[in-house]
Amino acid sequence: MKTLDFRFWGLLPAHVIMLLTLIVPIGIIIMVSFATRGSYGGFEFEFSTASYQKLLFNEGWSGETEFNPQYIFIIVRTLFLALVTTLICMVAAFPVAYLIAQQNARTKAILIYLVTLPFWVSMIVRVYAWLIILGNDGVIETTLVATGLVQGIDSLLFNNWAMLIGMVYSYIPLMILPVFASIEKLDSALIEASHDLFGSRLKTMQKIILPLSWPGLAAGSILVFVPCLGAVLEPILLGGGKTMLMGNLIQNQFGGARNWPLGAAIAIVLMSLVMIILMINGLRSEARERKEAI
Amino acid sequence: MIEATRNKAIEIKDVSKNFGTFQALKPLSFDIYDNEFFTLLGPSGCGKTTLLRMIAGFETPSTGHISLHGKDIEALPAHKRRVNTVFQSYALFPHMTLEQNITYGLTNLGWDKEKRHMRAAEMLELVHMSQFAKRKPNQLSGGQRQRIALARALAPEPEVLLLDEPLSALDLKLRQAMRDELRALQRQTGITFVFVTHDQEEALDMSDRICVLGDGEIQHLGTPNEIYEDPENRFVADFIGKTNFFDVEVLSVKADLATVRTPMGFDITTFQKGISGKGAATMSLRPEKLGLEDQATGLIMKGRIVNKNYLGGYTHYIVRIGDTDLRVSKRNSLSHSASYDLNSTVTVGFEQNSARVLGQ
Repeated sequence: MKTLDFRFWGLLPAHVIMLLTLIVPIGIIIMVSFATRGSYGGFEFEFSTASYQKLLFNEGWSGETEFNPQYIFIIVRTLFLALVTTLICMVAAFPVAYLIAQQNARTKAILIYLVTLPFWVSMIVRVYAWLIILGNDGVIETTLVATGLVQGIDSLLFNNWAMLIGMVYSYIPLMILPVFASIEKLDSALIEASHDLFGSRLKTMQKIILPLSWPGLAAGSILVFVPCLGAVLEPILLGGGKTMLMGNLIQNQFGGARNWPLGAAIAIVLMSLVMIILMINGLRSEARERKEAI
Repeated sequence: MIEATRNKAIEIKDVSKNFGTFQALKPLSFDIYDNEFFTLLGPSGCGKTTLLRMIAGFETPSTGHISLHGKDIEALPAHKRRVNTVFQSYALFPHMTLEQNITYGLTNLGWDKEKRHMRAAEMLELVHMSQFAKRKPNQLSGGQRQRIALARALAPEPEVLLLDEPLSALDLKLRQAMRDELRALQRQTGITFVFVTHDQEEALDMSDRICVLGDGEIQHLGTPNEIYEDPENRFVADFIGKTNFFDVEVLSVKADLATVRTPMGFDITTFQKGISGKGAATMSLRPEKLGLEDQATGLIMKGRIVNKNYLGGYTHYIVRIGDTDLRVSKRNSLSHSASYDLNSTVTVGFEQNSARVLGQ
């Protein structure tokens, strides 16, 4: 039984870290979400499902509850934006990853390094950079004016498009890397075999390269979609705080609105959504493996 | 059949290939005939795979022309050439079933669904894999993958089938069986096979004709028998089978006969290739042309057995005569099952016309 002992004690630090940094904080958030709002911020230990009710219902003038879809709108808008960001990342990342995979080992290493380079810079700084690019008298405007094409343009900032650009920019490396990995794994003999069997370049892309890169695209989609759901910086800085997303909503409840239980409840809903998505993905790939094993 | 009347399936004319400053293939020309099992044989790096890849369309010749049934194809991309390839790694599409693998080429050629289906069934039947149609390649053994790769390449009825060392990934037993199957398949389908291998035994076993490549050049092109018995030069004699080499001195040359002085002391007159006059040359004598004791005929010498390898059907002896070591292969047949001990003295003999004198 010695080996079992070692396994237990050896893994204990990992378990402790998991417990302290993951399980306990989530427990606290769940607890807070079921607590009551404090009069001056914070919360009071008094069980209540009021926060969850508030996500769906409003209290009318005479104390009756009426359905209020405003939070649902925010959730749906967040999901939609995350989905669009993911799709754009897929379409844009694939050619980049494919091109990188075609290079020799040295160039490949350099290009992959360049793709990961933004991660070395703080997220806030990177998002701020877009303010300079898109803003009034920013890089784009001055360039356009200098070419004489336009006299001056309305701000490109503080709208949904700026927000979308920022999100795609922030998360696209997370798509490029797994897609690159799956394209690189692809045996070049398969591509030759496709050409050999009368497959044109287009056919080969459609029938061989894309399907075989699918695991990379799926992994990248999860990596992009999930953080997009919780995006905070892009909506505030590039969207100008005009568009409310779940991340901002949570931040507001803990900050300005001083409604911790509501903020916690929204956080739990967001986390549940993420977990459902991961579970669906897990089940799907499990089903695929089972199908292939037959 | 007289070769001149046979249809040329593939004509290689002055084809060469450079990779940067490295010349992988020097300009070479030869023809491959219809319905022929043609083998490109050579050590690794001899350019045989490069040549095959140029026929398939994966490489472009640096110079020269390749034609397929009279049409120049060197400018056509791979997907427009009516040739198909069996890849060394098989390169089966892992995300498709075996049936989809086989019909892939047919779909690209625009065959309709029913015809594709029938052809796939026919091909699976041909390689005895009908019951596996719906499986994926990763559920197959090496030999089964090999068969599917063959079926996939044969399905579109190629004018020529190219095989790039298809047996090298199989174990010995399976390789033997697949040789027979490949040969039978070639006869059955009547399709020209161009087979690349570095395994001389495989080449001798299956081919109608063999092109021995070495250092980017054709060393010898001929039937298996010609290549083994009458090699063009020392490279070919050395590469195909085992042989004894002797440094000899040419005394006189008369047409295809040469008289040489051997290190064993006596002179031999036998067939020559590549000898133009007096001087140094190489003599090749195959181990099985030498007889021991009661099988020793022709020129007789006395020697001592210094090494012995028992190989089941054969025993290989090394017999030392003076300071020359001779490799002798003796068949362990029923009537001649005598075995000779190490260090025993034996008589060795060979007919002088079984030796070959080759240019340097």
